[in-house]
Amino acid sequence: MAKEAAGSSGGPQPEQRSGPGVAPDNLMVKCPKCKEILYSRDWEKNLKVCSRCNYHFRLTAHERVNLLLDPGSFVELDAAMVSVDPLNFVSRSQSYAEKLQEERAKVGLNEGAIRGYGTIEGLPLSLAVMDFRFIGGSMGSVVGEKVTRAIELGLERRWPVLVVSTSGGARMQEGFYSLLQMAKTVAALARLSEAHIPYFSLITDPTTGGVTASFAMLGDVILAEPGALIAFAGPRVIEQFMHVKLPEGTVNSEFVLQHGMIDAVVHRRELRATLARLLRLYKVPEAARAQQPASATAQSQVEVATLLPRQSSQSRAEVGGGQDGLRS
Amino acid sequence: MVYDLEFEKPLAELEKRIASLQRKGERLRPEEHVQLQEYERELRRRTEEIYRSLTAWQTVQVARHKDRPYTADFIHLMCEEFFELHGDRRVGDDHAIIGGPALFNGETVMIIGHEKGRGMREKMYHNNGMPHPEGYHKAIRLMEQAEKFGYPVICLVDTQGAFPGLEDEERGQGSAIAASLYAMARLRVPIIAAVIGEGGSGGALAISVADRLLMLEYSIYTVAAPEAAASIIWRDKVYAPQAAEAMRISARELYALGLIDELVPEPLGGAHHNHRLAAENLKTALIHHLQELRQIPVDRLVQMRYEKYRAVGPFGFAS
Repeated sequence: MAKEAAGSSGGPQPEQRSGPGVAPDNLMVKCPKCKEILYSRDWEKNLKVCSRCNYHFRLTAHERVNLLLDPGSFVELDAAMVSVDPLNFVSRSQSYAEKLQEERAKVGLNEGAIRGYGTIEGLPLSLAVMDFRFIGGSMGSVVGEKVTRAIELGLERRWPVLVVSTSGGARMQEGFYSLLQMAKTVAALARLSEAHIPYFSLITDPTTGGVTASFAMLGDVILAEPGALIAFAGPRVIEQFMHVKLPEGTVNSEFVLQHGMIDAVVHRRELRATLARLLRLYKVPEAARAQQPASATAQSQVEVATLLPRQSSQSRAEVGGGQDGLRS
Repeated sequence: MVYDLEFEKPLAELEKRIASLQRKGERLRPEEHVQLQEYERELRRRTEEIYRSLTAWQTVQVARHKDRPYTADFIHLMCEEFFELHGDRRVGDDHAIIGGPALFNGETVMIIGHEKGRGMREKMYHNNGMPHPEGYHKAIRLMEQAEKFGYPVICLVDTQGAFPGLEDEERGQGSAIAASLYAMARLRVPIIAAVIGEGGSGGALAISVADRLLMLEYSIYTVAAPEAAASIIWRDKVYAPQAAEAMRISARELYALGLIDELVPEPLGGAHHNHRLAAENLKTALIHHLQELRQIPVDRLVQMRYEKYRAVGPFGFAS
């Protein structure tokens, strides 16, 4: 289902800014920030970061997973989950249902987030990763549901949870349903918190609106990539409202770090190691692991590492039923 | 009362005729008297007719009407006593959200709401009901205080949205809203939220995660202002009426979708025609829901609130 569409922005998108930085030919890529021409091969080797100005290009959800998780450890869940059109939304001549179909074909994903589990340096975690290409990374019911299920899987297996955000905000075509996803995801986080399970939020370019105002800003630890636009209201909204012109990059990772809203700005090449450190530091409390046999605790990490399937599969296993032999 | 909205023109016309006849007072001829009564009947009939089938965009206009009762009006009309609390105990006091303990039907409740303010000076003071992060921090403080003393929380929702300023980003608007959602998700006292005018996006949601969500008949709840949605999806603000229609923002539609718990009837021609009656209707509804919620043990209450939000948002599976 969710086939990988590495690095391709899929042409101009009518309802959002087209993803920056992907040149028409495959040999060269132009940095949208410093206009440097980069060799594709070097650029990819550099994790799609501009070697001249350090601009972090946007990654697809699967690229993000490949960047962060142990190779082959990712098991995707609910890959086939799709949005329905609860409002029979029609704009101009296009219905939301048609729009969804178009986006699925263009992006190669069923929705704007993927979720599943995997390991980082052998340590297991449940995660959801958003993809900005799908209707501007907007949060509709499916994105909300996947994030919530990622949190619930963490709760059920007592694994730390990671959500990687990139979003233009709520999905207008789903109206109030979309807005309520903020409340749904946050309610699930409150439960995770009460179970003393750590939640890490990684914010990437760009993240605004309802996602900023819900799960993205509630991490026990909040990380961001350098130079990412991070705001509640986007810069254009602020400019319109305040009748001012904001200099480029006013509301970004460094800005929110400086104002105390996040914990660290981490270069893409350091992300995996940073998350591994956090996973080692924020162990899920022993006391709370009471439902597992005492001897299983020490063993469990090895167990998980060895038992996790080696290949990325698009398993449709449900949260409840999908034990996948992890607790054998 | 004045019928001053675009779609109320025929009503305004009738109202003018009625007023001119009424001015004659004693000098009214018998046939004019009959005419006056006929106009009054006609005005009532046409008002009912128009308001029965308001379009989404017309509802937006009513919900934003400058004479509509605001939070302070409702508090004044519904509560026997109210003491306003100020400040978030960190940075400042945001006047876009007001709140404090109130005697409501003989019992103490914590009442919190967006206040738009009436007239130029008040609007500036209250920032037209668009909160800064301090407003949400104050709301959280009040909710936690309510929890401490076991008072139910009543939230009155009426905002275009949280204020989108650069300073608000500096002080963590997103963070503040998220924190408020978080606090409400687990608060161990009953919460009732009522949208009295505009439920504008995350800035409104931040104080409306509740056991019961009520909406006044002509109020709206929008994921984004219709103008904003129009400029994003239709690429032009002039399509705001279409966006309003497509997003199903009126209380009536949201009730039909099962997303709110009660539709509170408004006086003929909208709440701005009769503040007292609007407040009476809301009070009756609030009392009813409070009584129900008080019966539920708190663990169960919090569990039910969780389940309510957990279940929201339909999806399917591709074959």
